[in-house]
Amino acid sequence: MALLQIAEPGRAAAPHQHRLAVGIDLGTTNSLVATLRSGLPTVLADEDGRMLLPSVVHYADGGEIIVGDAARALAIRDPQNTIASAKRLIGRAAADIAPGTVPYTLSELGPGAIGVATRAGVKSAVEVGTEVLRALAQRAEAALGGPLVGAVITVPAYFDDAQRQATKDAAQRAGLTVLRLLNEPTAAAVAYGLDTANEGVYAVYDLGGGTFDVSILRLARGVFEVLSTNGDAMLGGDDFDACVVRWFCAQQPDFAWSERDAAALHAAARSSKESLSSESEVMMRCERSDGVSQMARLTREVFEAETEPLIQRTIAPLKRALRDAGLKPSDIEGIVMVGGATRMPRVRRAVADFFGREPHTDIDPDQAVALGAAIQADQLAGNRAVGDAGLLLLDVCPLSLGLETMGGLVEKIIPRNTTVPTARAQEFTTFKDGQTAMAVHVVQGERELVSECRSLARFTLRGIPPMVAGAARIRVTFQIDADGLLSVSATEQTSGVQTQVEVKPSYGLAHDTVAEMLRSAIDCAESDAAARMLREAEVEARSLLDAVDSALSADESLLMPREQFRILCALQDVADLLEQCATSEGVNPIEQKDLREGLRQATQALNEATTDFAARRMDARVREAFSGRSIEQIGG
Amino acid sequence: MSVSVTPKAARQIRKALDQRGGGYGLRVAVKTSGCSGYAYALEFAEAPSPDDLSFESEGVCLLVDAKSLPMVDGTQLDWVREGLNEGFKFNNPNATASCGCGESFAV
Repeated sequence: MALLQIAEPGRAAAPHQHRLAVGIDLGTTNSLVATLRSGLPTVLADEDGRMLLPSVVHYADGGEIIVGDAARALAIRDPQNTIASAKRLIGRAAADIAPGTVPYTLSELGPGAIGVATRAGVKSAVEVGTEVLRALAQRAEAALGGPLVGAVITVPAYFDDAQRQATKDAAQRAGLTVLRLLNEPTAAAVAYGLDTANEGVYAVYDLGGGTFDVSILRLARGVFEVLSTNGDAMLGGDDFDACVVRWFCAQQPDFAWSERDAAALHAAARSSKESLSSESEVMMRCERSDGVSQMARLTREVFEAETEPLIQRTIAPLKRALRDAGLKPSDIEGIVMVGGATRMPRVRRAVADFFGREPHTDIDPDQAVALGAAIQADQLAGNRAVGDAGLLLLDVCPLSLGLETMGGLVEKIIPRNTTVPTARAQEFTTFKDGQTAMAVHVVQGERELVSECRSLARFTLRGIPPMVAGAARIRVTFQIDADGLLSVSATEQTSGVQTQVEVKPSYGLAHDTVAEMLRSAIDCAESDAAARMLREAEVEARSLLDAVDSALSADESLLMPREQFRILCALQDVADLLEQCATSEGVNPIEQKDLREGLRQATQALNEATTDFAARRMDARVREAFSGRSIEQIGG
Repeated sequence: MSVSVTPKAARQIRKALDQRGGGYGLRVAVKTSGCSGYAYALEFAEAPSPDDLSFESEGVCLLVDAKSLPMVDGTQLDWVREGLNEGFKFNNPNATASCGCGESFAV
């Protein structure tokens, strides 16, 4: 039995149409999965109510794979077979990894990929990511009671193509359809509803467990643009814990702690740090492995003094990010705090002092990214009406996409600046009687003639049933997915024959090329228009010529001799002009206009010359249909 | 003629209304779609429409439009948890058959 959720007025989904989609924050330290329930983004917890899933995978004896808290607990006992922080390795080559970044034996897995040697073999970062994502997907499907149509997965804004592709691969291996990869700072901004807020520049301060990221985003017409990113890949909440451990050990110089106590010390430091976010002092207590325990009183003042150097280390990247974006702290409209470590009051104060305004902290900083991803996933899964306010436009297609029609003209199907994903369809028909195939030539650009646009793909639709020209209905659909991949399909509606092709329209197109293509379209607008109108006149004339030809051969007996002469003369005039057009390549717009005018008059003359003939043909057809049948038969 | 909610469902409805920041009540409607003919819809209501009937149950205001009412008369709305999934369930005495997924029903 499906369980219902409450919807906003007018938004209740038809049955089987509410599509389950989730947002996943695949973090370095912890990962989360969230979805929209009753219109509100909610993080999904596991059976024990835990929301954070440690991004840790343990390869146990006997081939079992353990993910999450259980795996993290095993990290101390069996570090070689337990992989944490795989995100630092994803999509990276061995040369990219600074020595000492990860505590594993790395081995090359071929060009551009590295792995960690475990007892289950060499595991790549993608495989580790797959296990984490699989665990989250299973949690989500159990919580939502159905299969997911897809997920939005967040990645750091600085991730390059290889890292993004690797993240996508991990999701696909985990059986997830990636609706879109979303930048983490953008997701956090969406969670705070900044996408529907005023336009402006926002800063996202993300201090996680092990990494620190700053992003400067500009919001304009609903599109977030990342202006700059900065950060410190080796700074996070864990460093604050380490700081507390050092302080604690220094309190009892005579008391020896061994390596084996590290985990206990770390846990004690972490819980003290967390308490100090709400308390002004805390009694820190830690038990040594031999049962002897020590304690020390830690006040917030001491804690803040001890960790001040760490706070200062976050300010330098802030300054650099602003400088890269060419902005001053006062230009920032709002600051979003992300990551558990931003709960520390000192961090909030430092950020507020730097920007001169209070940061947004209403949403749980651990969850903000996942919640924003969930909102985006819901929109991308199509659970909201098209054109609904608040739909985040993240990407647009830079140039119009269309196809070639008769006469080398471009019919635009998807105009430029259409937000993706999108799908548009248009119907076309055959040009000649008995035409059984149609060539579909997909082009990109703003110009009117195919020769001036960029050719993307060609394919042929075959098996169209023979019909008179104009009777076939061929539906051509252009579809661009969220990653900018275009698929074009053509279907003949009466017989259902179909062919399709996939292309990457932006592939190999640099920003300058796009700009140049746009500029030429504007510069050539007038001559393009003249050329287009001439081609249209040509196509029309040719189609009339064909029609008259076939009528003449079918019903020559209906012609009066003088009429036949007149028609043949008019026919010849049109044919002559068409020949002139064929050799008119490159003539100026004024000559093109004259040609078009001549062609228009000639076609009109041909039309007039054949009017009586056409009427007689019509009468003949009617007589044929009715002859030899009584009125009753016709009525029935 | 009436529809009602269980105390558990009422609590959830109030919570959802609070989180949303207000609203007049809950609209219970039946739409003609789905594999067994009809489907339930639950929506927040901003204000009653002229052809709405309103019912008070467990302190929650329920709005049902006149066309939907015969199909849901006597229904009790419950809030249930099935594993990790939780949501509203219709206990509708009028429903004679529901599709395998339970999203739609027939009367």
